[in-house]
Amino acid sequence: MNKKDSPYLPENATILNVETMAEREKLFEIELDSGEPLNHDPGQFVEVSLPGVGEAPISISSSPTKEGNSFELCIRKVGNVTNVIHTLEEGDKIGIRGPYGEGFPVEELKGHDVIFIAGGLGIAPLRSLINYTLDRREEFEDIKILYGCRKPCELLYEDEVEEWRGMSEIDYRETVDKCPDDVCWEGNVGVITTLIPGIDIDLENSYTVVCGPPIMYRFVLQELKEKKVPEERIYLSLERRMKCGVGKCGHCQINGKDGEFYVCQDGPVFNYDIVKDFEEAL
Amino acid sequence: MKIIEKEDFGNFVDKLIANDERDVVGVKSKDSKYVFDKLEKAEELELDYDVTILPPKKYFMPQRETLVEYETRDGIEMESVNEVIPRIIIGIHPYDLEAIKQMDKVFADSPEDYNYSEKRSKSILIGVNMKRTSEWSFAGSMGNATINDGYDLMLTDLGDKYAVEIGSSKGRELLDEEYFKMRDAEPEEIKEVQNIEENIENDFEKELDFSPKKLPWLLAQKYGDEDFWEENAEDCYSCGTCNIVCPTCYCFDVQDFNDISLEEGERMRQWDGCMLEAFAEVAGGENFREERAERYRHRYMRKGRYLYNRFGDIACVGCGRCSSQCVPDIADPTDIFNKLWRDKDE
Repeated sequence: MNKKDSPYLPENATILNVETMAEREKLFEIELDSGEPLNHDPGQFVEVSLPGVGEAPISISSSPTKEGNSFELCIRKVGNVTNVIHTLEEGDKIGIRGPYGEGFPVEELKGHDVIFIAGGLGIAPLRSLINYTLDRREEFEDIKILYGCRKPCELLYEDEVEEWRGMSEIDYRETVDKCPDDVCWEGNVGVITTLIPGIDIDLENSYTVVCGPPIMYRFVLQELKEKKVPEERIYLSLERRMKCGVGKCGHCQINGKDGEFYVCQDGPVFNYDIVKDFEEAL
Repeated sequence: MKIIEKEDFGNFVDKLIANDERDVVGVKSKDSKYVFDKLEKAEELELDYDVTILPPKKYFMPQRETLVEYETRDGIEMESVNEVIPRIIIGIHPYDLEAIKQMDKVFADSPEDYNYSEKRSKSILIGVNMKRTSEWSFAGSMGNATINDGYDLMLTDLGDKYAVEIGSSKGRELLDEEYFKMRDAEPEEIKEVQNIEENIENDFEKELDFSPKKLPWLLAQKYGDEDFWEENAEDCYSCGTCNIVCPTCYCFDVQDFNDISLEEGERMRQWDGCMLEAFAEVAGGENFREERAERYRHRYMRKGRYLYNRFGDIACVGCGRCSSQCVPDIADPTDIFNKLWRDKDE
């Protein structure tokens, strides 16, 4: 037996609560059995471990400012591991490794406007930062949240979104790509980029934080370019299949003309100015 | 430098096999090729060989190994596992020693990978200078025809005797065994070893037209030339053989294997390859290197630039295994590297 700590050995953790959020997404509240907080930064991820099934990298969806020692993961049912995670209930045990990676540059963002642009499940990693800024509202200037999903029933964090809608201290806007005729939806209909022209961006004083599927990045980045948002003021969170999380297994490497990154160590959050020449990034 | 008669060296190896608690492995012939394998007796050892099918990397990073054992009967119990078999490995060529030096850095990088580093630190590496070279090898151009460190002992064949260079205290301890009959080398024997090392540099059929130090720069220039990569990758089978035989490929996949009770099992890592189609695929189905040309380019970028930027080594040692095993014959690094040089912008 190995007496030293193997980087591949997960910690035991317990599921405290499971909330179904949409057809494919559930929110899991988890606490390490050590009783210690996860000590993560907004934007970092963990490897969720189900012995007998495997591991999956999942971004942490709660803010470190959340009360108590638990943390939250919003998990879409999309593969072997996540399909089984969806069958778990309160009190069930899982393994956790991490937190890993570079999260959002919270200190850099302080004292500035922050614009969040989330598409679909992209709201999950962004929520860790959104809730951070809301919990420490006085440390940030204007906060705008643009959130889009395909249809109203795919909207995640419904209770929180309802609060955001009513908050006077933030500017919250939402859209769905399509709304079926028999569904009541008072928000905008159209892809996420249709929300961007309508917002004022203080180019000198804003940071824009974007997360969504690869196709969304292309269109959102184009729209931000037209708004003349400086590239170094845009942050993205990228998805890769990190098998190890510790810079060894090779799966999350992305190449570009001018360099290369390991998403698990150099990211998952990247400055757009740095990754824009990396054609493999998106 | 020490000298040992070949007969005495054979006796020494036989005594190690019989008495040393470590496994003794070395180069053996297998059909018309060579492999690293456990030695039953010294006469199986073939120190005059061109190249082995697989590099000795397999002893520190096995094709499949357990990282964690788990049990799920009552909650979850997990324990890290490291199955370390200490070994004396005899007959490693300089390019493979260089590859091991590089892998040592990769796995020592924080957080340290003990599954590798403990296997490595409990092994003894006995190198041997090449007497002949593989027709695919270009180790000379990569600066790896000979090596000055990274071994515990280094042998050079001097006809009926071996010259033995001591590279570490572990190597010296091995020689202190009472059954090692040796003497100090005479000046002319030291000179002979130097001559052999100088001559082997020029004994490769394949070579680079330029210094490998230029590779990171050349690859950066060529990165965006999609036609180039498509043309060269056109016949690639995406089989991953070049990854499997490479002494500096270490990417892995991790999978769980339940036993029949379904309540316990092992989490294992196994060799993976960036040339395989699903390597950069994520759960939702998006594949970030879907095209053969992207994967082919990735492999070159990684060998020639990424690992260089991160660890300071060109991660191609010039062994030629990838090209010798490639069925459509598109994996010869000298072909690609020399094209990069030919096409360079000044």
